[in-house]
Amino acid sequence: MSQANTAPRSDYSGPVVVDPLTRIEGHLRVEAEVENGKIKRAKCMGTLFRGLEIILQGRHPFDAPHFTQRVCGVCTYSHALCSTRAVEDAINKPIPPNATYIRNLVLAMLFLHDHLVHFYALHALDFVDVVNALQGDPVKAAQIANSISQRDVKPETYRQVQAKLKAFVDSGQLGPFTNAYFLGSHPAYHLSPELNLIGTADYLEALRLQVKIARAMAVFGAKNPHTQFLIPGGVTSYDSLTPQRIREFTELYRDALAFVENYYIPDLLAIAANYKECATYGGTRNFMAFGEFPDPGGERDIEKRWLKSGMIFDRDLGNVRAFDKDKIAEGVSHSWYEGDRPLHPYEGQTIPKFTSMEDSEKYSWLKAPRYDGIAVETGPLAQILVSYAQNQPEVKPLVDNVLKSLQLEPSALFSTLGRTAARGLEALVIGRQIETWIKQYENNIASDKQIVENYEAPKSAKGVGLLTAPRGGLSHWMVTDDDARIKNFQLVVPSTWNLSPRDEKDIPSACEEALVGTPVADPARPVEILRTVHSFDPCIACAVHVIDGQTNQVHKFKIV
Amino acid sequence: MRIAVGLGREDGEERLERQGISRRDFLKFCGAVAVAMGMGPAFAENVAAALTRRRPNVVYLHTAECTGCSEALMRMYKPYIDGLILDTISLDYQETIMAAAGQAAEEALEEAVNSPDGFICMVEGAIPMADDGKYGYIGGKTMYDICKHILPKAKLNIAVGTCACYGGIQAAAPNPTGAKGINEAYADLGIKAINIAGCPPNPINMVGALVAYLDNVPIDLDELGRPLMFYGATVHDFCERRPHFEAGEFAPSFNSEEARKGWCLYDVGCKGPVTYNNCPRVLFNETNWPVGAGSPCIGCSEPRFWDVMTPFFKNN
Repeated sequence: MSQANTAPRSDYSGPVVVDPLTRIEGHLRVEAEVENGKIKRAKCMGTLFRGLEIILQGRHPFDAPHFTQRVCGVCTYSHALCSTRAVEDAINKPIPPNATYIRNLVLAMLFLHDHLVHFYALHALDFVDVVNALQGDPVKAAQIANSISQRDVKPETYRQVQAKLKAFVDSGQLGPFTNAYFLGSHPAYHLSPELNLIGTADYLEALRLQVKIARAMAVFGAKNPHTQFLIPGGVTSYDSLTPQRIREFTELYRDALAFVENYYIPDLLAIAANYKECATYGGTRNFMAFGEFPDPGGERDIEKRWLKSGMIFDRDLGNVRAFDKDKIAEGVSHSWYEGDRPLHPYEGQTIPKFTSMEDSEKYSWLKAPRYDGIAVETGPLAQILVSYAQNQPEVKPLVDNVLKSLQLEPSALFSTLGRTAARGLEALVIGRQIETWIKQYENNIASDKQIVENYEAPKSAKGVGLLTAPRGGLSHWMVTDDDARIKNFQLVVPSTWNLSPRDEKDIPSACEEALVGTPVADPARPVEILRTVHSFDPCIACAVHVIDGQTNQVHKFKIV
Repeated sequence: MRIAVGLGREDGEERLERQGISRRDFLKFCGAVAVAMGMGPAFAENVAAALTRRRPNVVYLHTAECTGCSEALMRMYKPYIDGLILDTISLDYQETIMAAAGQAAEEALEEAVNSPDGFICMVEGAIPMADDGKYGYIGGKTMYDICKHILPKAKLNIAVGTCACYGGIQAAAPNPTGAKGINEAYADLGIKAINIAGCPPNPINMVGALVAYLDNVPIDLDELGRPLMFYGATVHDFCERRPHFEAGEFAPSFNSEEARKGWCLYDVGCKGPVTYNNCPRVLFNETNWPVGAGSPCIGCSEPRFWDVMTPFFKNN
């Protein structure tokens, strides 16, 4: 295997703009100022506004999960579950244990699906040169694959991949690989041809495997994307109690975990070992994790979650603080909205005020959420760090082993590579726990068949849903009126935390901070920018902060 | 290991064989598409032929959307999405999966829309029309202008999902961004896209429409632009719980003995009787569908369903 631990650099100075930034959900533009081959300052710009929160005003609270789920079809289900929790928080009564078991199982499969699809379909092409795979030796590739994992791959498999790949390349119709940054060789791509071959084969295999993982979500949740089985009070899928459905789910889950264990993690480690320079940049300092997978009866209690919640400031792993939901406020000083100070989500005001794409002051449809005035990163890295720092037994030894095998210090986690690695580890940690949850669920349904309570929509109530989505800490904030209709609904979303513009103190968001110091070897093909931005797994449709609205009316929606 | 990277030339079925998809499996899929199209099982051979000839260029645009339709397309099975994008069509632009970004991506798009062979355009998402389209930009251009440039050049336009068909969720009252479906947004340009409605649509309906076009099958549309082969009957018509409806057996709430027994969900809001789609016949993810999971149909393939079908858990 090749070792290249210093990043190739250019002496380029000047602007680099990536728009559209592809292989993400939604519409994102990144503008970077490069100085002598390294990014000095960066701006993340959300370029689509949809206005879902104002659309929610006046509607029945029980409809909110259906609406908010359409914020994003990639992390589908996250928003639906978060809204359901917000409505249940406002109702303030318990839900049946089975509802929590079933919801957890579906959420766990979402993590496996989302992280695996992100790694292979959205991120892998930042590291894997598909065309260079043609140069790989199939015998060596099989030896490598079998040495890094529990697979038993024959050279013939890779020969077939190459034969087909060659025919595909020769056809001249490159389809989704048209104009890829790796075409014609790129100095920042440096996997061996054999690893490129393994990566290409697994990229294609993952496209098929994800169909099964999504199917597991549909077994209990009706369909994927956009599940349809939640109701404030529980779940509707009585089918989920049958042995046939549980067996179907279990078989699909086991296939998914086997792929994570035997493909995703070994491939991730092989890429990490060859791109250690990505562990030298792209880090941030402050982290926020909501924890996840509540015990039955504890769905709204952030302290009763299997993965721990918490805050880490200034990279101090020795001092994890409790998360306090009252410390969230959102500012709009650099966003295309009116407003003069940061506001807590329950009080949020949002009045769109688009200026122009060229405006240097206001430059994004994302608002700028801050925790106690501090810009924080959320997502798998934050969750893994918070669990690691609290010595969670399922997390700590695993992280230590990975660091040891890569010969890296814990400080290497604060990086582009650390973020990508943490996502894989989160998938593995959750995947290994699912079997236990299935057993607990089966034990419970032996004597308890209830899956839902009948509740009315709450009048004049407030509620918050806190959820760890695959992209990090997600919160929905709802206020209802005297007629039990939605008066105000706010979504504070992981990608808004990670990819927001600067705040009123000119402090950049996590991704803007992470981009500073990211090298650019070829300004016409800035793959390093993609690596750092993709390491956050941006979801911009989620992040574009949509109107709340106690005050604003449609007639105020004028472009200035 | 099954891998699908192919030539896109004349040996389609052999390529599928090599990917571990037997002719039997493949024809089974084609048969499912044929049945969904209302053509009868014998038409499977025609479907197979349409899916294995030289790959037509396809450009897939994202406007105001959630990417759920792209995700639905990725859930295709037998053939899987890799077979579709690498063997069946030449997917020259699709922001969710394409390798290129930024200027390189924009160049790929220009190249595809100027291809001498022509191209098929699929659009996922609504067009934000208010205030000169300033609520949606890609590459410094408004979504409205991008589609205005591309749609008239396409051999065929397919509106993928209810947003592209009728405006979808962002067009729900009070429609803050003036979002519209593409047929309405570009009526002045004479755009007549096929509407594959649903939130998201079943991938079989998306692929089925493509197949019908490639195979020169006449695609009869209803008055809302949807192919009758997929949207010719209501959800209620083929619902497995319809006998309960006929017998007057309704679940009064979700936590009830009647709900547990799988009785009709009309009284908890089911919109199946007024929703045209083939969900109960084709299922989602090869295994389930909303009513199967005890959840009432929300009418997601109908125009303005976010306004006219809500509250979702009530009828009348």
